[in-house]
Amino acid sequence: MFLAELFGSVGAIGYGLAAIGPGIGVGLIFGLGVQAIARQPEAYNLLRQNMILGFVLTEALALIGFVAPFVYPTS
Amino acid sequence: MTINLATESGFHAPGTEIFNFEPLFSIGGLDVTKPMLMAFVGSAIVVTLFYVACAKPTMIPGRLQALVELGYTFVRDDIARSIIGGKKGDKYVPLLVSLFFFIWILNLFAVIPLLQFPVTSRIAYPAVLAITVYLLFIFLGIKHQGPVGYFKNMMFPPGIPKPVYVILAPLEFISTILVRPFTHAVRLFANMFAGHVLIAFFAVTAYYFIVETQGLGIVIGVAGFVMTIAMTGFEMFIQVLQAFIFTLLAAVYIQSSVEVDH
Repeated sequence: MFLAELFGSVGAIGYGLAAIGPGIGVGLIFGLGVQAIARQPEAYNLLRQNMILGFVLTEALALIGFVAPFVYPTS
Repeated sequence: MTINLATESGFHAPGTEIFNFEPLFSIGGLDVTKPMLMAFVGSAIVVTLFYVACAKPTMIPGRLQALVELGYTFVRDDIARSIIGGKKGDKYVPLLVSLFFFIWILNLFAVIPLLQFPVTSRIAYPAVLAITVYLLFIFLGIKHQGPVGYFKNMMFPPGIPKPVYVILAPLEFISTILVRPFTHAVRLFANMFAGHVLIAFFAVTAYYFIVETQGLGIVIGVAGFVMTIAMTGFEMFIQVLQAFIFTLLAAVYIQSSVEVDH
């Protein structure tokens, strides 16, 4: 007996869920990065580099969600 | 009840089929497709550009030499020297410069009329580049820290309470040996893939609502047309950013192998 059944483009919903975490992460990184630059504009180069580094490592999570349907095809 | 808009309205959103090409011609049983040809052309462009610009360097650089030197010093100062560090970093500048410009040209093909396909949106091309970097940084790690020392420094960084190593050691091993090359390749691939699908989607929307249907749908068609142009501009920014990020991460991985954190 099913409690609830879901059909259709479940993968799209799954990717939406997978993008929440990285979305929050990327927002935090750039928000705090901009704040840090505002506090210390002379450290811009160092901060920018670390911002990009943090951004790409967080973004990787969303991208793994993006390729998951190709790794585990449903049909 | 399900309503499938895609099949009932005659509008077909582009899917993964836009990434498959019929072979153009074959050399000795090897089928050559459009992306393969473009990869060759891309490497030829990079080699020719640097050769023509810097084969006979002059003290006061001409236009082309100045342009190429601008790109070279950008990679050297912003990636090699600032990540790997002064003297040590200069050794890896040729590799990083080649990586950056090769990936950038392959990405840039996405917005060049008639070509209009990012070669790096086929997973094989980023995968080969990522595997090259992967083998290099493992080799450098073993060379600079010794076969035992490399894995010991990776899995058991000093100054952490003993019980934490139970969780930390396998995590560090998995993240460095297994996940690193995977995310390195997938990051470039997925960005280019998604960008190409987005541009194709807006272009198809514009075509369908302006050319194939009449009526108020033209509003959506014009919006799609404007978005196609906007996304093309945005993609050009993403292309150079992804080339930069790929090279930056290659430098970070090399740095973590040649230098031990204490």
